Amino acid sequence: MIALLHRRARRWALNGAAAVGLGYILLPLVFVTWLAFFHQEIPSFPPEGYSLRWFAAILDQRKFVSGFSVSFQVAALAMVLGLALGVPAALCLARRNFRLRGPLANLLLMPIIVPGVVLGTAMYVFHVEVENGLDMDVIGTFYALVAGHIVIVIPWVVRLVTASLSGVDRATEEAAQNLGANPWITFWRITLPAIRPGIVAGALFAFVTSFGNLEMSLFLVGPGRTTLPIVILQYLEWKIDPTIAAVSVVQIVLIGTAMLITDRYVKLARVV
Amino acid sequence: MADLALNGLSKHYGDFYAVRDVSLAIADGEFLVLLGPSGCGKTTTLRMVAGFIEPSAGEVRLGGQDVTLLPPWKRNAGMVFQSYALFPHMTVAQNVAFGLEMRKLGRVDIDQRVEETLALVRLDGFGGRLPRQLSGGQQQRVALARALAIRPDVLLLDEPLSNLDAKLRQEVRIEIRELQRQLGLTTVMVTHDQEEALTMADRLVVMNEGAVRQVGTQRDLYERPADRFVAGFVGRTTFLGGTVKAPGRFRSDGGLALACTGGRPGRAVLSLRPERAMVGRAALSGLDNSLPGTVEFVSYLGALIDIHVRLSPKDRLVVQIANRDGGFTPEVGQPVHVGWPASAGQIFNE
Repeated sequence: MIALLHRRARRWALNGAAAVGLGYILLPLVFVTWLAFFHQEIPSFPPEGYSLRWFAAILDQRKFVSGFSVSFQVAALAMVLGLALGVPAALCLARRNFRLRGPLANLLLMPIIVPGVVLGTAMYVFHVEVENGLDMDVIGTFYALVAGHIVIVIPWVVRLVTASLSGVDRATEEAAQNLGANPWITFWRITLPAIRPGIVAGALFAFVTSFGNLEMSLFLVGPGRTTLPIVILQYLEWKIDPTIAAVSVVQIVLIGTAMLITDRYVKLARVV
Repeated sequence: MADLALNGLSKHYGDFYAVRDVSLAIADGEFLVLLGPSGCGKTTTLRMVAGFIEPSAGEVRLGGQDVTLLPPWKRNAGMVFQSYALFPHMTVAQNVAFGLEMRKLGRVDIDQRVEETLALVRLDGFGGRLPRQLSGGQQQRVALARALAIRPDVLLLDEPLSNLDAKLRQEVRIEIRELQRQLGLTTVMVTHDQEEALTMADRLVVMNEGAVRQVGTQRDLYERPADRFVAGFVGRTTFLGGTVKAPGRFRSDGGLALACTGGRPGRAVLSLRPERAMVGRAALSGLDNSLPGTVEFVSYLGALIDIHVRLSPKDRLVVQIANRDGGFTPEVGQPVHVGWPASAGQIFNE
C-alpha cells in the first residue's frame, strides 16, 4: 500500500516537473498568440476585444513583406548550399579515417557555439578585407548575407546527416558493390536513400536556423535589404502594437507546419 | 560457375599478419568451408576473394582469370553477408533484381529471373514485401536469392547462419547444401561453428592466426589432425601433457606410463578422443593401456554420457560412453578402470 502510494507520488512528481518545463517553454508562445488577436493598440489586460486587424496590418507594412521575402530567399539558398557542402562533409567525417578528423568535426560544429555577435563581427571584418583586396562589392550584398548564413547552417546539416549515417549498415553498400554497382551508383541507390531522413531533417533545421537568425545578420545586411527578424527589431524600437505579435504568429505557424509536414515523411524524433 | 584458386595470398597491417601465405584450390562445384576461431583470418580471406580487401601479396584467380586487382563490382562473385545486408528501402523483388539491373538486363528478363530465383528459395509471392516484413529465415533466403540471381562464378557465404536460431539453422544448412549441389555452385563459406562446417563442407580448411593449419575432409581432420590446434578445434579431445621417452612410450606429467604410437623423444602432448576410451569396473584386458582412476564428474547428455576420470593428481581424462540399456554408468566418486588401444591416442611433439 505504502509502496503503491510512493510510486504514485513519484509519477506525479515526474509529470509535474515535465509540465513545469513544458509550460515554461510554451507560455511566451501562448501569450504572443493571444496578443496577436487583441483589438486595442496598446497591449493591456484584460483585452478590450478581439480582431484580426493586426494580421491585415502586416501587409500594409511594406517592410514586413520585403523582410519576409529576403529572409525566405536567404534561408532557401543557405539551405540548398549548406546541404551541398554539409552532406559530403558528413560523409567524409563518418566514413574516412584521417588524422585531423576529430578537430575537423568539432570545427564544423563551432558556428553553433560561437555567439552570433562574434560571428557577425568576424564576418564583417572579413568582408571589408575581401572588398578592399578584390576591389568588388561585398559588404551588405545579398550573396555575402547568404554566405554568412551558410556558415551557421552547416553544423545542423553535418550533425544530422552524420547521425543518420551511423545507422547505415555498411554491409548494404558492400552488397551493392558485390552485385556490380560502382561507388557512384552505390551512393545514389543505397547510401542516399538510407540517409534521406537525416538530410530532410538537416534541411529543415538549416532553413529554420537561417530564417530566424538575428545577431549575425545585423552585421551583414545592407541598406534597403533587411531580413524579417531585423525588421521586427527595428519596428519594436518605435511601436509596441500587436502587429509584431501577429508577425510572430505567422512565423510560428509556418515553421510548425513545415515541421509537421516533414514529420510525415521522416520521424524527426528519431533523427534529432 | 568456375574454379577458384588462391596463390600465396597474404594481408598484413604493418607488422600484423591477418592472413599469411594462403594457397587453396577450389574445384568447380566444390563446397569449401573456412573454419577457425574469430580473428583467424578466414573472413579476411573471403573478403579478399570478394575484392573488399586488397591483398598485400599473392593472387586470386577465378575461372582461370587473375582478378586480384579487380574491384568488387567487376568480379562475378555473389556474397551472402552475416547481417544479410538487404537494402531496407527496396522490396524483396527489387533487392533480387539489383544485380541484374547492374548487368543491364532487359526488364522482361529481369522479372523472369527474379521470379525463378525467388521460387528456388521458396519465396514465391514474397516479391512485393519489404525486408523488415520478413522473418530472419526469410531474410536470409532473400540474401541468398540476391546472390544467386546474378549467376555468380563463385558463391561466398560469410557466417550466413549465425543470426538464425538453433533449430532453423539445422534446416537451412541442409537447404543451402542441397541447392548448392543442385546448381553445381562453387562455394566458399566462412564459419566458426564446427558442426555447421562438418555438415556442409566437401572439404574444410582449418585456419588459425592467419595461416592454414590443415586442409581435408571431415574424416581427415578428425582422424588425422595435422597438429595440436586442429585436434583441439575439430571435435573434442583430452590432452595429457608429458614426455615421449622413446617412440611408442609416453610418460605423463602425473607419472603414468602409457603406450602410444610414434612420436619423437621430448616434450609432447597425448591427444585422446573421448569416445575412443572405455570405462569398466575392473581392469580392461586386451587394451594397450588400462589404468585405475576415480570418477570426478558425470555429465548426462541424453544419447551420450561424459565421464571425467581422475587418473593421477595431474591427469584427468574425459571418456564418452553411449547411453545403452544395461550399460555400465559409473557414479561420481566411484573407482573405475579406463583403457584404450595405443593407436587411439595421437602424439603431438612440442
